[in-house]
Amino acid sequence: MAYSEEVRKLYQDQIRVMREAGILKEERFICSPQAAEIEVEFPAGSPLKKVINMCANNYLGLSSHPEVIKAAHEGLDRRGFGLSSVRFICGTQDIHRQLEEKMTEFLGTEDTILFPSCMDANAGVFEAILTKEDVIISDRLVHASLIDGIRLCSAMNDTYKHSDLEHLEQKLQMYQDKRLRLVVTDGVFSMDGDAAKLDKMVELCEKYRAMLLVDDSHATGFIGKTGRGTHEKFGVMGKIDVITTTFGKALGGATGGCVSGRKELVEMCRQKARPYLFSNTVAPSIIAGVLKVLDILSATTERRDKLERNTGYWRKGLTEAGFILKEGDTPIVPVMLYNAKLAQEFSIALYEEGIYAIGFFFPVVPQGQARIRTQLSAGHEIHHLDQALEAFIKVGKKFDILHRTKQEITEKYGL
Amino acid sequence: MDELKEVIKNYVSNEYLEPDSDPIDYDTPLISGGIVDSFSMVSLKRFLENKYHIQIPDDKATPEAFDSVNKIAELVKEFVKG
Repeated sequence: MAYSEEVRKLYQDQIRVMREAGILKEERFICSPQAAEIEVEFPAGSPLKKVINMCANNYLGLSSHPEVIKAAHEGLDRRGFGLSSVRFICGTQDIHRQLEEKMTEFLGTEDTILFPSCMDANAGVFEAILTKEDVIISDRLVHASLIDGIRLCSAMNDTYKHSDLEHLEQKLQMYQDKRLRLVVTDGVFSMDGDAAKLDKMVELCEKYRAMLLVDDSHATGFIGKTGRGTHEKFGVMGKIDVITTTFGKALGGATGGCVSGRKELVEMCRQKARPYLFSNTVAPSIIAGVLKVLDILSATTERRDKLERNTGYWRKGLTEAGFILKEGDTPIVPVMLYNAKLAQEFSIALYEEGIYAIGFFFPVVPQGQARIRTQLSAGHEIHHLDQALEAFIKVGKKFDILHRTKQEITEKYGL
Repeated sequence: MDELKEVIKNYVSNEYLEPDSDPIDYDTPLISGGIVDSFSMVSLKRFLENKYHIQIPDDKATPEAFDSVNKIAELVKEFVKG
């Protein structure tokens, strides 16, 4: 038997070490649709508890929107459950192409290609458009899926310090001898909630003849005046060569993603991107649901406006209460605790108070940067936020971290 | 040799350390210590090659050979000598 007791013990030991360090992730079972209020079974076997969800990527509150659900039902009825095929064999329906065209229009790009997820889009895009004669220069805090995609590509890769444009410029100068240069960044960074300065980055890329790729998964649908994304916020629509984004967050939250941008780059993905070529097409019900989401977002900015108001209210409340937040103006609001175990325990205590918010720690964030990442939704009403704030203050007092400096918190709890 | 080490140390400090990081010395583990990630090693190699007009073959530019200022200086010296 290959899986001997010795092998089993090796894995058991690794899991034990994670548990003892307080960094073992445990899943909580949600027994209701995704929403501002959810019913949760946690720990496993416990009676259901109604809690306020402060950690979903459901930025626009569309995950369980009746019109989206209705559209998904219709998609299921009219185009079936699945296609049992990748796109290029017999997995492309009329609605797949419709969604690609709608995303192109929504993002203000030239063309779009769907992927089973944005993780897949990021895993596939680099190897499809670059070779070993080229270089990728990425921000040091880009999402893990971009890092994986870069690793899978034969191009040389280098990094610049997070959002440090002087450093990026040095790197662009250093690689002028390469055939192609591709600068890679998140639009909004998922862990810190800050935005890349895309206006300045576009200038630099033009100056040094580099292409720019932006993963806008935490921005599409709500950042910018009409929610088109980080490129709208910074006034550079039409100037981003590649945007990758997801349908798994603000755009209904189901699954799927895309690469959108210069039409030749999109065509290269269609011909060469392995997660596109060797993975199933996105299911019709999902496509129909996302099409409806885009209709809703194109008709009104009501939801992203409400999200913006909720974000301001929440940030102000937490700041006045004495929490240390990562600065920014996006609906990702990280409450800094620094110590991994404290973040875990804080999350459990919040849950006892009826608030669902998860602790993040290494390797998801750098060592010593543990936090509770809170995320706002247009599905939140002010009374939800008031209740959550009350719970945060109660738990903050319990752990004695309110109005404390980083140094005071780390002296008490360690890094 | 000391001058070479200072050049390397200064480059690594400017390139990889954050303002609140502890300073490094010649023996601080860079890659195994998590200061330099394997992605970023490429620019260090390129910097050394340009500065000293050398070519370090990829099979010599291993994470082990780049793991401290002392080790990097040894490697560079080997190629500068020719």
